[in-house]
Amino acid sequence: MKPFEDVIIDIQGLSFARSGRPIFRDVNIQIPRGKITAIMGPSGTGKTTLLKLIGGQLKPAKGSIVMDGQNIPRLGRRELFEIRERMGMLFQSGALFTDMSVYENVAFPLRVHTDLPEQMIRDIVLMKLNAVGLRGAKDLMPSELSGGMARRVALARAIALDPDLVMYDEPFTGQDPIAMGVLVNLIRRLNEALGHTSIIVSHDIQETLGIADYIYLIADGEVVAQGTPQELKEVDSAKVKQFMQGLPDGPVPFHFPAAEYVDELMQEARS
Amino acid sequence: MNQLAQLGRGALGKLAAFGRSGIILGHVLVAKPQPRTMLPLLLQQIYFVGVLSLIIIVVSGLFIGMVLGLQGYTILVDYGSEQAVGQMVALSLVRELAPVVTALLFAGRAGSALTAEIGLMKATEQLSSLEMIGVDPLRRIIAPRFWAGFYCLPVLAAIFSVVGVYGGALVGVDWLGIYEGSFWANMQHSVDFFDDVLNGLFKAVVFGFVVTWIAVFQGYDCIPTSEGISQATTRTVVLSSLAVLALDFVLTALMFGDF
Repeated sequence: MKPFEDVIIDIQGLSFARSGRPIFRDVNIQIPRGKITAIMGPSGTGKTTLLKLIGGQLKPAKGSIVMDGQNIPRLGRRELFEIRERMGMLFQSGALFTDMSVYENVAFPLRVHTDLPEQMIRDIVLMKLNAVGLRGAKDLMPSELSGGMARRVALARAIALDPDLVMYDEPFTGQDPIAMGVLVNLIRRLNEALGHTSIIVSHDIQETLGIADYIYLIADGEVVAQGTPQELKEVDSAKVKQFMQGLPDGPVPFHFPAAEYVDELMQEARS
Repeated sequence: MNQLAQLGRGALGKLAAFGRSGIILGHVLVAKPQPRTMLPLLLQQIYFVGVLSLIIIVVSGLFIGMVLGLQGYTILVDYGSEQAVGQMVALSLVRELAPVVTALLFAGRAGSALTAEIGLMKATEQLSSLEMIGVDPLRRIIAPRFWAGFYCLPVLAAIFSVVGVYGGALVGVDWLGIYEGSFWANMQHSVDFFDDVLNGLFKAVVFGFVVTWIAVFQGYDCIPTSEGISQATTRTVVLSSLAVLALDFVLTALMFGDF
């Protein structure tokens, strides 16, 4: 099924396992070009893993991940690095280079992939830092930033080259309410102004529903629901309702698979 | 049966790790040279790996040379051959002690630092981040560190030899009163440039290659947790030391063995 006219990422029959535990089973996902697509789901369902599979940092056991005609898992090392120049990724931890200042971190992709003069690099870096509200922090080192600030710098670095595809891994985590609002607007505005495609992995339902054009809900290694935010709100499925409304009881277990609690507590007493 | 299976699994794991280290080395060795971007990174690493190791190398070389001078004198003076102290100090240093002790010190100071740095970059997703920016971490992070270690160790070993000889002279000539002329003349007469100096330097080149390879691989391949980095750092020092000592025997046998 291809619900979109223009797809930038087409994932078909994706299966992936880690340490023998299946993460994805025959998953099909299409990311529409120029839109904001959200990947949502409970913790441990492989949302970040999906971003790493799209970025070619992990290889699937089965299936294809095609970006503009190129099957990412089949690419050679050189082609993979070339296609990554068209991607930007905001890591959950920020992953800033600790030996470089904020300014140098944002300038890094420009320095390695372009021959722009220093004055132009400076203008672009200041523009990107201004967009995330951290122009004044350009001379700070990553160790001097809070977690939320580090992620905003990482966002500025991820969009430094104006990539075709930006992947955001938990962009709203650790942000104060003001920064959160600015970030939500920024992601929306960047998407509209630059026309790039965004994939957001997030737990923050309200913020994500507010900006996403399309949502995939993943649980138990499968896509359990997909649609626009409005369509997802109307889905009559216990799994979807439990996640969207944040209910502790439902088909999606809060606990990681384990033996019965009472049995485990009594085991020692019995022995 | 279970133990046999565990043994087999362990052996396969080691073999796989050796294969991975070979792949990393292959990428570093065959990478197309990019002097414009590589040279500044290489110089920076030469500073961290080589220049910052100078103090420990100079101080160790000086004391080892002084100890050799003192020990040599106390033994040789009984036979009236104390003029041969210079020869003994120089040959011990140039052939064996300089390359081996420098490599062991290098593994402890620079090798462990390289592993910890690369491991921490992996744990904080900096290597993943580089990959996603479209920059190969093997070329940007691993290659300059590998080549810096490879170039620096022979130079450090040469400095160790020079300082050690000076330490031997300090004790032998200035303190114990060996006649300066015979101290230096015996040394010049017995130390051959090709057989001793170049063979010693060749050992240092081999040790530089092996120690730095182990250090960068352990960092790149470590489990990205604090415990994983700690284990990888320990493995770097232990494996490097064992490799240096074992290779030293093999190389000595090949260079000086009469068979």
